[in-house]
Amino acid sequence: MSGTHYVYWLLFALMMIGLYVVISHGNLLKKMIGLTLFQVSVFLFFISLGKVEDGSAPIISPEVETYSHPLPQVLILTAIVVGVATLAVGLALAVRIFEAYGTVEEQDMQERDEDRHGAAS
Amino acid sequence: MIANLPVLQVLIPLGCAPLCVLLRRRSLAWLVFLMAALGSLACAAVLARQVAAHGPLHYAVGGWAPPYGIEFVVAGYNTPVLLVVSGAAVAAAVYSLGSVRTEIDDRRAPLLYTFLCLTLGGLLGLTVTGDVFNAFVFLEISSLSTYAMVALGPRRRALPAAFRYLVIGTVGATFVLIGIGLAYAVTGTLNMADLAARLAAADSDRALYAAAVFVFVGLAVKAAVFPLHAWLPGAYGEAPSTVSTFLAATSTKVALYVLCRLTFTVFGAGLVFGTMPVGRIGLLAGGLAAVAASAVACFQTDLKYLLAWSSIAQIGYILAGISLGTAAGVSAAYLHLINHAVIKASLFAAAGLVLVRLGSVQLSALAGLGRRMPWTFAAIVIAGLGLVGVPPTAGFAGKWALASALIEAGQWPVLVAMLVSSLLALGYIGRIVETAWFREPASVAEPSGAPASMTAVVWVLVAVSVVFGLDAALPASLAESAAEALLNGGG
Amino acid sequence: MTTFTVINFTLLTILTVTALVIARLRALYEAAMLTALSSLVTASLFVLMDAVDVAFTEAAVGVGISTVLLLGVLALTRSREAVTPRHRHLPAIAVTALTGGLLVYAAQDLPAFGSADSPVQRHPVTEVYLHQSQKEIGVPNTVTAVLASYRALDTLGELVVVFAAGTAVLLLLGPLTHGKRRQNLDLMEYKVLRVVSSLLMPFVLVFALYVLFHGDFGPGGGFQAGVIFATGFVLHGLVFGLDKSQRVLPPAALGSLVPLGLGLFVGLGVVTMLLGGSFLDYGTLLPTGGPAAQHLGILTVEVAIGITVAAVMTSIFFAFAGRRPTR
Repeated sequence: MSGTHYVYWLLFALMMIGLYVVISHGNLLKKMIGLTLFQVSVFLFFISLGKVEDGSAPIISPEVETYSHPLPQVLILTAIVVGVATLAVGLALAVRIFEAYGTVEEQDMQERDEDRHGAAS
Repeated sequence: MIANLPVLQVLIPLGCAPLCVLLRRRSLAWLVFLMAALGSLACAAVLARQVAAHGPLHYAVGGWAPPYGIEFVVAGYNTPVLLVVSGAAVAAAVYSLGSVRTEIDDRRAPLLYTFLCLTLGGLLGLTVTGDVFNAFVFLEISSLSTYAMVALGPRRRALPAAFRYLVIGTVGATFVLIGIGLAYAVTGTLNMADLAARLAAADSDRALYAAAVFVFVGLAVKAAVFPLHAWLPGAYGEAPSTVSTFLAATSTKVALYVLCRLTFTVFGAGLVFGTMPVGRIGLLAGGLAAVAASAVACFQTDLKYLLAWSSIAQIGYILAGISLGTAAGVSAAYLHLINHAVIKASLFAAAGLVLVRLGSVQLSALAGLGRRMPWTFAAIVIAGLGLVGVPPTAGFAGKWALASALIEAGQWPVLVAMLVSSLLALGYIGRIVETAWFREPASVAEPSGAPASMTAVVWVLVAVSVVFGLDAALPASLAESAAEALLNGGG
Repeated sequence: MTTFTVINFTLLTILTVTALVIARLRALYEAAMLTALSSLVTASLFVLMDAVDVAFTEAAVGVGISTVLLLGVLALTRSREAVTPRHRHLPAIAVTALTGGLLVYAAQDLPAFGSADSPVQRHPVTEVYLHQSQKEIGVPNTVTAVLASYRALDTLGELVVVFAAGTAVLLLLGPLTHGKRRQNLDLMEYKVLRVVSSLLMPFVLVFALYVLFHGDFGPGGGFQAGVIFATGFVLHGLVFGLDKSQRVLPPAALGSLVPLGLGLFVGLGVVTMLLGGSFLDYGTLLPTGGPAAQHLGILTVEVAIGITVAAVMTSIFFAFAGRRPTR
């Protein structure tokens, strides 16, 4: 452990805020926002693994000696795209849920399903 | 082209997906999916023969040797999974001919086939890849397509079920990603074989333990291991029949396979079962799942939900087998994985048949229909006895192997849990029988006819499950070579 | 303490505080805007950590696409969150405490941040990706070299995910479902906006092409270009109305562009196999092999990604924007 670990502590705090929002909140849109925060902090964690002190972006040029590692960046480019794809599908589902239930709160959705079920039987 | 088989295995279904969108016609898209499924089954069969004859196959994608590029590995441990997944896809394809017509309108059906192709390709890719990050990508391909397919279910509750699955699944995948990140931080590599070599050198590492925990928890979410199963009942219960038939046989099974692969060939049995208490936790979770989920299944009022809860219990059996960490345990887990895939696919297919004929799968709607739909219910009963584990069904073979492995390891409490769970299974299957034969019919309406394709698939699957019960040579040999490849680090 | 550390620490703290505020906000419009802000801060952090390509993507995706989608959905649903009941907090606290504890435990053994001697930097792939790639592939931007050649399969997978998302949104919200369609958006009345955006439009598209073809030398590539291209159409749609936008780019054309890019990528792989190499082995594309062949392969891949991403992002926007509120 060293003095530079502050990066990890702050990133972990950020991750946990995101995860907390996903689990505790019943609003579907807020859940998606929480999920985005959670994922973004994981992305930052990956990028922090590739960083070299006094390095520069891994675009090769004759003037530069030290480069940060390109591999975490490649992985995270992929992961960001996967993340936004998930967000788009999640939000589309939320819109359909609102059209079907008239709410985007988990609590209300359950109540409305039970109401209908009770009325049917 | 033979040399390219490992990649064709994945590429055929993935390449067929855009084709389904372009064709825009139900029948053409169906044909494309059927071809994709048959193509991947053919690849899987040829690969299985090659591996049995010549040992593991390695394929460097892009011509870049690992660990610089991504490699595919086909070995004894994943050929059974390839066969199960592509076999289930063929069954789903034939079944969908009748089933999708009754559930999904003409304009959206091609898109459903697109997602079936993508899920198939994603699951096969997840099975053959030898690179952990690539595994994450394939995991997301199959998951995202699955969320979309669940949302197509006939009831409005399918939408929240899909959303729930999306959120829980994405959190699980992100856990896997954190685990990959931690392992990468201490090794600098993503290739599974390279990781294994470097992890062995960095043994007493706290980051490494945490990496294993994150990956295992993430995969346990995807495999619906108790108590992380919350997404499964809704997803299987609300999805269109074709989709639940296909998923019940494949998605959790592939996640369990990846769990095995990482346990034995990456982190190593010594670390996972020796240093870390993963084996004991797995046995506990497996035992609890077997009892608790079977008990919940007894109280379900919807046939598909009942089957979904029973799946959670059966996943508990498979997990218990893996958690023993012995050759007998892993081989029993594989055997049960194969047999349960066949049995559960046939049951979900039969449930879909009931849905088409009666318009409902509520148990109350089945009252007294045993005599009017004797064949459908006969299929449910035969497959159901397989779930209970009555000899000579396939379920018995798997459970017997598992029981012997548990006795060999002296895990008596888990064995008792399995027996209790089987009794409970007898309870919920008995309830279906009781409702269908010994209750007064609720209505006099005649059940409508069933599409031949659906009936055919149900009976073929039931027949396969009976054959696997009478003569377990094929699945048993697959399971044994899988266990051997895993435990001897083959590959 | 170096300047780097000060900036890094400050940005990370801002990010954490923003996240806390987002977690507490019940007004979702405000939360969405703050999420965009946090993406911007994240992008700056990526630049600070030398990940320029990632920063570019995060800015385009996090600030652009995600925010437009979130605002679009808020316009269609409710923008105020209900109070979270007390009993939901407990399980969340338990899970986060366990996960956080495990992460802190793991961090004891993590290499120091910025260390040039960490396992990641010592591994032989570092040397191959940074230096050997110059001979093998000859692309100065090593991120592009790894993305489009060494790990091209991941990129194909990523494109499949984008394709799946586009198809899923089409399935859920597209013209196939029964909901009523909406043609005009609220920004059509503003003359200044119309003039400015019609002036901007060609530049946006040219910039997208620049980003696409310059990805070998600087930050950029197919994905970023595709998103910028889509942004151009989003702007057009917002200002001139969906109706007009869809006349410029009919949904049927978009529908065939989506699978086209993916087909091109897969097709390239099939061609390399037919030429006797393994899947996506660009070396087989030209008889001479080497960097020239790699260039050809990478360029094809970037174009394929650009086509599918632009088409998917545009059609996702059309699908959300075309939905009529059901209140």
